[in-house]
Amino acid sequence: MPKQGSLLAYTVSRLILALPTLLVLLTVLFLVLRILPGDPISALEAGRRSTRDIAADKARLGLNLPWWVQYPVYLSQVFSGNFGTSLGQIYLGQPVLQVILQKLPATIELATGAMLVATLVGVGTGIIAGSRRDRPPDIVVRLYGSIIWVIPVFWLGLMLQLVFAVGLHWFPPNLRYEPDPVFFPPPSHLTGLYTLDSLLEGRIDKLAISLAHLALPSLTLGLVLSGFFTRTVRANLLRTINSDYVEAARARGIRERYIVYRYAFRNALIPVVTILGLQFAILFAGAVLTERTFSWDGMGTLLLTSIDSRDYPMIQGTVIVYAIIIVAISVVIDVINGFIDPRVRY
Amino acid sequence: MDPMLQVQDLSVHYKTRRGFVRALEELRLDAIQGETVGVVGETGSGKSTLGKAILGILPAGTQVDGKILFRGRDLTQLSNQMYRRLRGEEIALIFQDPMTRLNPLMTIMDHFVEEIRDHESVSADEARRRAREALVSMGIHESRIKNYPHEFSGGMRQRIMIALAIVLKPSLLIADEPTTSLDVIVESQILGILQDLKRAYSMSLLLITHNLGIVAEVCDRVAVLYAGKLVELGPVRDIFRKPLHPYTQGLLSSIIHLETKELHSIEGSPPNMIAPPSGCRFHPRCPYAQSICVERLPPLVEFEPGHFAACHFGDKFL
Repeated sequence: MPKQGSLLAYTVSRLILALPTLLVLLTVLFLVLRILPGDPISALEAGRRSTRDIAADKARLGLNLPWWVQYPVYLSQVFSGNFGTSLGQIYLGQPVLQVILQKLPATIELATGAMLVATLVGVGTGIIAGSRRDRPPDIVVRLYGSIIWVIPVFWLGLMLQLVFAVGLHWFPPNLRYEPDPVFFPPPSHLTGLYTLDSLLEGRIDKLAISLAHLALPSLTLGLVLSGFFTRTVRANLLRTINSDYVEAARARGIRERYIVYRYAFRNALIPVVTILGLQFAILFAGAVLTERTFSWDGMGTLLLTSIDSRDYPMIQGTVIVYAIIIVAISVVIDVINGFIDPRVRY
Repeated sequence: MDPMLQVQDLSVHYKTRRGFVRALEELRLDAIQGETVGVVGETGSGKSTLGKAILGILPAGTQVDGKILFRGRDLTQLSNQMYRRLRGEEIALIFQDPMTRLNPLMTIMDHFVEEIRDHESVSADEARRRAREALVSMGIHESRIKNYPHEFSGGMRQRIMIALAIVLKPSLLIADEPTTSLDVIVESQILGILQDLKRAYSMSLLLITHNLGIVAEVCDRVAVLYAGKLVELGPVRDIFRKPLHPYTQGLLSSIIHLETKELHSIEGSPPNMIAPPSGCRFHPRCPYAQSICVERLPPLVEFEPGHFAACHFGDKFL
């Protein structure tokens, strides 16, 4: 690439621009949590202790102070990497960051698996439909795209469990790994990604078990998303196939396969990459329902239990980690787009 | 001399949801080697369709009838593969809007190398050498060949498009409103370039335009299209001095005259091309229209040597 230097400069500028975005997110999160009714101490102790004791506990944690006093403390803690300790029932007293780092790999693994399914199915069907406009394959694919998009993710999950786990016994119905730690010890915790850890250990049998557990949840989440990708890829391909530069390339006698790949497909890819990335970010949050359906012990489950118990530090920590991931993904998308599209680099 | 290009009874009908758009009806046209033929008409007259039909790049599902003979071969009978080889190599097309005609993701060099190597089996080095040569011949510095399309102005992009069109040395160049989207100074540069090229390579040029000034300046012969029909064809000198078709007369009188500052226009608007008017398609707007014009389609008649017109009353204007 002749423009390597400017691509690097562009990446750095994108990273710097990501910082204010994070600050805004942190502030909104803080305010929303204080506006919500209830607080961690009441949720934890409700009905068991006197209101006076509760008030004393709140004062000890600084929760009785006005928000403008709590806010700078909160910010300085976050920026020094101190996320506090849990105030919820399950993880009471445990450092928030430690709990999150335990749950995060499960969600990353699920989101990546789902993204893989969605991209392969979505881009594949999108190309089939876009290059055969209004012919039978296109009509079938468009129908698929609409139907899969409106199916609720938990319903699809239940159906896949019913057919492939309960009925056919092809895949385990839930969990990340076998429940029996003696016969099936899980891979040692290096990255927390069971598939990667199995590979690092060099154990193909463990990898197979991990993948088998990953299959149904990834398929569930990935298929629901794929419908949207199908439609996006198809629409963009139709747009670029009818573009002026494709007509001009045809007039120059360029080979048809180059026209489809270099002209139509690569140009159609630019908006698709952006949408793919945004969906990947949303997918982290959307994994909540899938995690519930498949008893997948990840960030989504953690967030739900934390909200139930008004565990402020845990909710804040979880959402901050989500926010960092989303900002990181959007920077990666921008860099990828900068790589594909020379116009973006300026 | 045998004509290089002979278009015989060419009809092009586009399929749309509301019916067939009759973009061209039984068009006849020819061009000999080294000749510049102007194709004139207003928007929707079928000018651009003619260029695309010759190159065989009309949208799928378009109905094409008639023959397009190029050096004696009927192009409408060519296989897809043969037609692809011919495009760019023997017939090239320059479009109206250079801003959107280059792939934004490819450098100028990529465009050239791709085109050259899709037609000739030459080394990448040889292709790059020829690319630089073609670009420099259009007055663009060779250091800019690694740039992307968005880094060039409209006039420069049109020169790049011309360089791409001539890099394989085609014998027929079709220029579809090549200067319409450019300012007048760039326009005269581009016209100058086209004329130099024609002389240097003894190419034939089919210049599609609505600008009669350009026609007078560079064309040998001119074909006037109205609503998909050829209404007049002849040497530029004859047509400007003695237009035989009322539509051509209207076009010529709609040029502003510097002395009198008078400007005429043709009343009415171009017809609906799905259901065009009966008889002579121009009759609803023609100041001389009679009942025969509504009933019968006037044939193309040679009123003087080489000067054809499709008007029932052409001899009255001689």
